Amino acid sequence: MYPPNFEYYAPKSLEEAIGHLDQHQGEAKVLAGGQSLIGMMKLRLAQPAALVDINGIPNLAYIREDSECLCLGALTRTAELGRSDVIRSRYPILADAGAEIADPTVRNWGTVGGNVSHGDPGNDLPACMIALDAQYRVQGPKGVRTVPARQFYQDSFVTALQPNEVLTEIRVPRPVPGTGNAYSKMERKVGDFATAAVAVQVVVGKSGTLDSAAIGLTNVGPTAIFASAASEYLRGKAGNASDLAKAGELAADAAQPIADNRGPVDFRKDMVRVWTRRTVARAIARAKGGK
Amino acid sequence: MAIDAEEVAGATPSSTTRTIHVTVNGTPHRSTIQNRMLLVHYLRERLRLTGTHIGCDTAHCGACTVLVDGVPAKSCNLFAVQMDGRKVQTVEGLEAGGKLHPVQEGFHLEHGLQCGYCTPGMMMASVALLAANPNPTEDEIRRGISGNLCRCTGYVNIVKAIQYASAKMREPAKGGP
Repeated sequence: MYPPNFEYYAPKSLEEAIGHLDQHQGEAKVLAGGQSLIGMMKLRLAQPAALVDINGIPNLAYIREDSECLCLGALTRTAELGRSDVIRSRYPILADAGAEIADPTVRNWGTVGGNVSHGDPGNDLPACMIALDAQYRVQGPKGVRTVPARQFYQDSFVTALQPNEVLTEIRVPRPVPGTGNAYSKMERKVGDFATAAVAVQVVVGKSGTLDSAAIGLTNVGPTAIFASAASEYLRGKAGNASDLAKAGELAADAAQPIADNRGPVDFRKDMVRVWTRRTVARAIARAKGGK
Repeated sequence: MAIDAEEVAGATPSSTTRTIHVTVNGTPHRSTIQNRMLLVHYLRERLRLTGTHIGCDTAHCGACTVLVDGVPAKSCNLFAVQMDGRKVQTVEGLEAGGKLHPVQEGFHLEHGLQCGYCTPGMMMASVALLAANPNPTEDEIRRGISGNLCRCTGYVNIVKAIQYASAKMREPAKGGP
């Protein structure tokens, strides 16, 4: 299955890549892992006139922690999330998601930057980045700017990223003491997009109540969703069974799934309710030192 | 090879073609190709390496799995132009000096195939799995090949085949290759 033909550029620097994007005025796409884009091109869902392959640009693939953040280079393959000790020990939500994205072979190519910037509501990392309150660094002809994950997603495949910009880095704030996070995905089979999936980060305070909670939802709306009412509700709560049940109901209210072969609307909203309850419980358990 | 019009027309360079240098199974190739040519088509139609199969053509089934610089990739979901300067290994590259690779031997002896369609991709995924984890548990094997579908559902023997290869590859060398 051949896609329509296109011009192909393999720049060696970000500046060169941005120059190609700028020159093509919205008709060019960045090719990173290509694991979503190439399939869409084969199906004619995307027909870019040019591809700008950023795989040859050095220093875009890294996982490192600085004094403020976990920094993920955009070209980091999603397979790396589960192999990183710093992620497994301090940001386990990203290891959870890393094990659920597509399948192991696809994860060897698919990138973290592509997963967060593609804008498909089925991508797993956007909800995680929303829960983690991550910031995206994007570079364009006018320089570098930073966009919060919670303001990045506008509609399906529509994001704050301009056609002449490249997302270069994801910055996740370092966890404060008492932080726990988790991602749980209900999928019909390996490789499918979520029927419903829930990303949670909580901070358990010294008194044992929740100082904060943030909940992101995958594939139950036109974009990844920040379930703000459910998140807000949990603040100051003990995190007992009735608190979790109420948070699940509020998260289900925030979901706007469509009916498709993953299930009817009511079912998918109900799965948001159940999986929110469970995932908040997992995040709290991790905050208290559990797995 | 009708689809590869540039080749027939004498490979006129244009904005939608490109010349790549790629090493496949140890042999270097220089090819002028359309930018849109998928790696799997390049392997099958240009190099005539038809061991790599096209199954779903949507990056789900894994029949087209090859190794790119040693890492498994679905060759229906990559462009051949991306392979410039890289090394690709296909199922044809597993055998060495007339001797089957232990993974091939395992699939043969443990009957790790029925119709055989998924087998090349399944074996390439297995080779990479064992390179990264020489002694995997059954659970690790099943997760490791979860990007490869067997429509005959012959997974029990596929797992046995990989376990056979794992044991064979961990044996101390007995003077063989």
